[in-house]
Amino acid sequence: MSLIEGRTGSWEVVIGLEVHAQIVSAAKLFSGAATAFGAEPNTQVSTIDAAFPGMLPVINGHCVEQAVKTGLGLAAEINLHSVFDRKNYFYPDLPAGYQISQYLQPVVGRGKIVLDLPDGGVREVGITRLHLEQDAGKSLHDQHPSLTYLDLNRAGVALMEIVSEPDLRSAEEAGAYLRKLRSILRYLGTCDGNMEEGSLRCDCNVSVRRPGEGYGTRCEIKNVNSVRYVMQAIDYEARRQIEIIEEGGTVRQETRLFDAGRGTTRSMRSKEEAHDYRYFPDPDLLPLTLDPAWVASLKASLPELPDAKKARFVAAYALSPADAGILVAERASADYFEAVARGRDPKQAANWVMGDLFGALNRLGVGIEASPVSAENLGAMLDLIADGTISGRLAKDVFAAMLESGDPPGKIVAERGWKQVTDAGAIEAAVDAVLAAQTDKVAEFRAGKEKLFGFFVGQVMKATEGKANPAAVNELLRKKLNG
Amino acid sequence: MALDKATVAHIATLARIRLSEAEQVKMADELSHILTWIEQLGEVDTSGVEPMTSVAAMRLPMREDRVTDGGRRDEVLANAPATAHGFFTVPKVVE
Repeated sequence: MSLIEGRTGSWEVVIGLEVHAQIVSAAKLFSGAATAFGAEPNTQVSTIDAAFPGMLPVINGHCVEQAVKTGLGLAAEINLHSVFDRKNYFYPDLPAGYQISQYLQPVVGRGKIVLDLPDGGVREVGITRLHLEQDAGKSLHDQHPSLTYLDLNRAGVALMEIVSEPDLRSAEEAGAYLRKLRSILRYLGTCDGNMEEGSLRCDCNVSVRRPGEGYGTRCEIKNVNSVRYVMQAIDYEARRQIEIIEEGGTVRQETRLFDAGRGTTRSMRSKEEAHDYRYFPDPDLLPLTLDPAWVASLKASLPELPDAKKARFVAAYALSPADAGILVAERASADYFEAVARGRDPKQAANWVMGDLFGALNRLGVGIEASPVSAENLGAMLDLIADGTISGRLAKDVFAAMLESGDPPGKIVAERGWKQVTDAGAIEAAVDAVLAAQTDKVAEFRAGKEKLFGFFVGQVMKATEGKANPAAVNELLRKKLNG
Repeated sequence: MALDKATVAHIATLARIRLSEAEQVKMADELSHILTWIEQLGEVDTSGVEPMTSVAAMRLPMREDRVTDGGRRDEVLANAPATAHGFFTVPKVVE
């Protein structure tokens, strides 16, 4: 258990997260306007989104499917009967004066997420519910000295609000939860998980208590938009609350904002009275009823999810849980690895993918989908190592060349004449030449300066432009130097 | 059920409706009457009766996930009290 040391003893932090995940869909939740990011302001707005009088919402069936799929991916109960409610509040980015949401009867009930902890262990975190709701528009406060500009392109886009139980006990666990949730959503294709574009936003409920005691008063930090900020906000907020209590004060339940520049949270007083949302069932929408056979067919069509894939990678490829966890975090990485590993040495494949490839992609700032080195080419390169065409050392050069040109390794090796020299006669000639040129060093070696062996290997490799088979070089050198 | 004046004042604030003291008293009285009238329905025994959510026996109709609307900014902005550069504009609201 991770505790925070205060001035008067240890404290436990209790965290629950509410994640707003934008559903991947072409059109909005209740209108036929587009959802694409970055369009000209107010060009993706229907009269429903702008709340023109008399306009009626018609739900997008695909968005329902996406929410149910996500529920199934979180091993959650699917409610065959759920209800849309109006959540009433006034803000300029909400033209109707209410948000269509789900309150007492959400489409998805209790589920769970398994966290992969840094020490290789796992921990289960409860999901309380998942419900469907509309997003609001976007306010721009910095365009004019006395006006706020409003763009309703985002208004009405479908969101899933995914609420966790207060099961998280540290900023690290909250980070692991978000990463895992994002990974599952991306596997399912129900949310693209793009935090920069606001596809995944997080509200953090944070309280502190003495270990073993009941829950303390919580504060809600609104709209934190990166994993790192979520962790920073939680750390700051826990410290703030501990300080208040240790000074003899009491924590006030309130909504707070995270200030990314300062890494602090501050009170958002205007939200105090707004918490009375006067929910009631939306009279424009019938209850959402789902067919059990349809839900079962969705369940049967789910892809293999990260936990199952990780377990399979550990069992089938004898990878460590930590390595398997890294490879399965993104479906594209897992698919890439499998394409390389199929029929080859899985450990070697994992090392190349996680080491050289991930390192190179990081440097280039591209995702694995855009990798200049295809899985097929990396696999072919491993075959060249396996059949002795190139040495492990030469493979590094071949990999660099593949990265630059995108060419298959066979072509690179042929064009550049990098084929490993395995011909014993050619290697022996190179060894003899080196020994003849370095008579002083040979004498030193024979007099006991054994560490010079590496020097001779280096000289032979240099003379053969790295193409000599290292094992053959070692063997020959040993024979001739000791003989 | 009787609503007091303070509750009416609170609801009015939430609904952004300005009511004078006298109007609050009058509203409290009227709303209390409506609530009492509706509460009579509670006397009917509805145990074992399925809740009726629509007068027509139908399920929630659904649309396909196709873009069929949008691209009509001028129409959408036409009735707005104020606009600029394709945006709706309102007096500044900053948190």
